[in-house]
Amino acid sequence: MSYSGVWTVSEKNGKELAGISFELLASARPLADKLKTELCTVLIGNGNDDLCARELIERGADRIYVVSHEALSHYIVENYSNVLGRLINSYKPEIVIAGATSLGCTLMPHVAVKVGAGLTADCTSLDIEENTRLLLQVRPAIGGNIMARIKTPARRPQMATVRPKTFRPLPRDEKRKGHIVNEEFDTGTIDPRIQRKCFRKLDEAGPELGDANIVVAGGAGLKRADNFGMIRELARLLGGAVGASRNSVDRGWISYPHQVGLSGKTVTPELYIAVGISGAIQHLAGMKTAEHIIAINIDEDAAIFKVSDFGIVGDLFEILPLLNEALREELGNV
Amino acid sequence: MQIIVLIKQVPETSNVKMDEETGTMVRDGVESIINPLDLYAIEAAVQLKDRYGGEVTVLSMGPPSADRALREAMAMGCDRAVLICGREFAGSDTWSTANALSRAIQKTGYYDLILAGERATDGDTGQVGPEVASFLDVPLAAYISRIDGIEDGKITVERLIEDGYETLMVTLPAVLTVVKELNYPRLPTLRGKKRAKSTEIPVWGPHSLDLDPGETGLKGSPTRVDKIFIPKVTRETELVPATDEESAGEAVRKLVRFLKEKNLLQ
Repeated sequence: MSYSGVWTVSEKNGKELAGISFELLASARPLADKLKTELCTVLIGNGNDDLCARELIERGADRIYVVSHEALSHYIVENYSNVLGRLINSYKPEIVIAGATSLGCTLMPHVAVKVGAGLTADCTSLDIEENTRLLLQVRPAIGGNIMARIKTPARRPQMATVRPKTFRPLPRDEKRKGHIVNEEFDTGTIDPRIQRKCFRKLDEAGPELGDANIVVAGGAGLKRADNFGMIRELARLLGGAVGASRNSVDRGWISYPHQVGLSGKTVTPELYIAVGISGAIQHLAGMKTAEHIIAINIDEDAAIFKVSDFGIVGDLFEILPLLNEALREELGNV
Repeated sequence: MQIIVLIKQVPETSNVKMDEETGTMVRDGVESIINPLDLYAIEAAVQLKDRYGGEVTVLSMGPPSADRALREAMAMGCDRAVLICGREFAGSDTWSTANALSRAIQKTGYYDLILAGERATDGDTGQVGPEVASFLDVPLAAYISRIDGIEDGKITVERLIEDGYETLMVTLPAVLTVVKELNYPRLPTLRGKKRAKSTEIPVWGPHSLDLDPGETGLKGSPTRVDKIFIPKVTRETELVPATDEESAGEAVRKLVRFLKEKNLLQ
């Protein structure tokens, strides 16, 4: 049997679909159209499957493979890998795409080894090469200073993870039709070696950093932990999440889950505001692909300005209070 | 307890300069270091050894110069080191690298735990750790931010994911990839440095790992870098000075206008 079809791996947050699921369909729809093949998505989890499957169809999928079982309520890489590996072996898709999330970045390599496939990490653009029909996978390299285009010439499927927030979900189309295929789950494939004991949610106000449309980040220029208060306030006013440079995390001003950059998170929000961040290459690698970037820094030669759309050269301790005040006024917020 | 740590030597990038004409990294004078995230894996391994006894073996695949990274890891408290090296490995992608590392791990003999940094700062894929777990068919726990302890052949760990911390209990042997929240890496000691200097580090090539020519390097890699290009610079920066109260006020007004124009205020 030859390999055909473009697949995405949908993700759920509990019973709801995660936004990345729709971004993946948006990234893969043109690929399936160019190859004149079906766009399928795999939905692994437990519960609310029909509603989720229906929405996936309305967002661009032609076929949904649903694997639903209590043992799949929470992501355990081995169990999900057994499911996805079996589906790939039986249906032989030529392309499989997942999000570059904590799920996708562990599930995809795990499966790629099992099925002997090639895998490219954290792509920011995907296309089909006309004459060869190969998947062209483009990803930032060396901290985003160059882009590498990668192909998987011989092995199948061609697998890739896609950087979250890079593709905009397709609008819902209630008239779209698709097939929902319920796949059996073999409880014999549950791996007994891993047990999930509990989960502790990050206790943060506002949206989660990787998922936020707006990120306000602070760096060494803030000088003291307390001054992150101004950053939090700006983030609150804009409905955004709080990010941080490595420097400020290493000084203990803010916790590691806020760190943006090579040894922290990569974010692609609509707006990134960098306050008192000089813009070390590692930091830029984690935020350079944001749609709009604003920087506030006292040093006009700071590297952060080179990637910014709008910059204020000045003292953040003067500017931030004024900005927060202006926004409170603008938004009628006290 | 037998612990294996996987490390990678990477260019020290904190002061990296790009040649803006060619889009390549200026490598002159760029030092090589242990991948920063691997230091947390080394520290965790040495702490576990101190607590439960045993031995830490550090493995790296890379050029002959990666010998230095291995000696540094030994100076931090690892007991043994092996360099996986050979011209045949050039051009390996993550699949092929993980394949070679897995063979080397099997060749070291019995192991309870494999530790690695969550990703390397140069390749930035984070794929090798999960791939090694898959090749060896041992459980994977990724993004580990805390290790509680080992009891009855099971390790309890906490992992940091997008929206919180998840606690897992995993049967050994297992692969853990770690994040920087886990610990504070120690500095090499003088005694450690001396020992590291006088130790012979074996070099394993494809033959000693029983790898066929088709399994290594470019040939053994499913993916190919097809083209490298410089990202288009599309940003035109509007820089506004704020030198006194008046210009600061004006700058802030401009900023708010920018946010409004882009529909970023709700």
